[in-house]
Amino acid sequence: MESKFYEEDKLLVLKITSEIDDHNVQEIRRKADYEMERYMPKRVIFDFDSVTFMDSSGIGLIIGRYKFANMIGAKLELSNLTRKCKKNF
Amino acid sequence: MFNNEMKLEFISKSSNEAFARLTVAAFASQLDPTIEELADIKTAVSEAVTNSIVHGYDKKQGIVKICAWLKENEIIIEISDKGKGIENVEQAKEPLYTTKPNLERSGMGFTIMESFMDTMEVESVVGLGTKVTMSKIIKPKEEKEEDEFKMLMTNT
Ligand SMILES: Nc1ncnc2c1ncn2[C@@H]1O[C@H](COP(=O)(O)OP(=O)(O)O)[C@@H](O)[C@H]1O
Ligand SMILES: [Mg+2]
Repeated sequence: MESKFYEEDKLLVLKITSEIDDHNVQEIRRKADYEMERYMPKRVIFDFDSVTFMDSSGIGLIIGRYKFANMIGAKLELSNLTRKCKKNF
Repeated sequence: MFNNEMKLEFISKSSNEAFARLTVAAFASQLDPTIEELADIKTAVSEAVTNSIVHGYDKKQGIVKICAWLKENEIIIEISDKGKGIENVEQAKEPLYTTKPNLERSGMGFTIMESFMDTMEVESVVGLGTKVTMSKIIKPKEEKEEDEFKMLMTNT
C-alpha cells in the first residue's frame, strides 16, 4: 500500500497495490489504520486502481475502515473501484 | 463422461489462497472463458478455500482439497476440508451471517459463491468437515459473439 498525505487539505490518499484476500487484508488494514492515526486527516481516499483481485474480505475491509475513519472524524471515499470489484457489493 | 479432471491438496495456510484460485483458473482456461468468467471462478474459489482455512480449521493445521472436472463446456469444482463442520448450513448461507464478526468478516462468502457460479451446494457434518460443490457453464466463444450481435441489433 502506498500512502500520501496532503497537509493543506488534510487529505490522506491510500493506494492499495496488492490483491485483496483474507491473506493480504490484515496487512492492508494494519497499515491503513496506522496512517490514519498518524496523520489524523479530515478526508481519506481509498484508491483501488491497482487492485486486480478482491473477494469478500474486501467488503469487511471497507466497512471496517469506514468505521475507523468515522471514529477519528474523517470522511472516507472510495475511488477506482472497477466493475469486477463492484460486483461484490 | 468428463473431458478432464484435476486434484489439488495443500495445507491450510492463508498464503495458499492465491495459489489455489490461480491453479483452478489455469485449469478452467481450457474452456476459453472470458476475463470476467475467470474472475468469477477465482473469486468463488477464494471464498470457499478461505472458509476452509479460517472457519473449518480455525488456527489448526489441516488439508484443503480441491477436485475439478471439465465436462463439455462446464467446470465443476469441489472444495473440501476435514475441519469442524457447520451446524446450520441454511443459516450459514444467509447474506451477512458470520460467526467471526470481530475479524471484520462480512458474511458474504456463500452469497458471492452462489451469485458468481451457476450452482453451489454445501454438505457439512459437524466434527467431520465441509464440502462445497460449484459449477459454471462457460459459453463457447461463437455463442458469446452471437449474443453480443443480438444485443447490438436490439439496441440499434
Ligand atoms: N468450511 C467451513 N467450515 C466451518 N464453517 C464454515 C465453513 N464455511 C463457512 N462456514 C460458516 O459459515 C459462515 C458464513 O460463511 P461466509 O458466507 O463465507 O461468511 P464469512 O466467511 O465472512 O463468515 C461462517 O461464518 C462460518 O461460521
Ligand atoms: Mg467466508
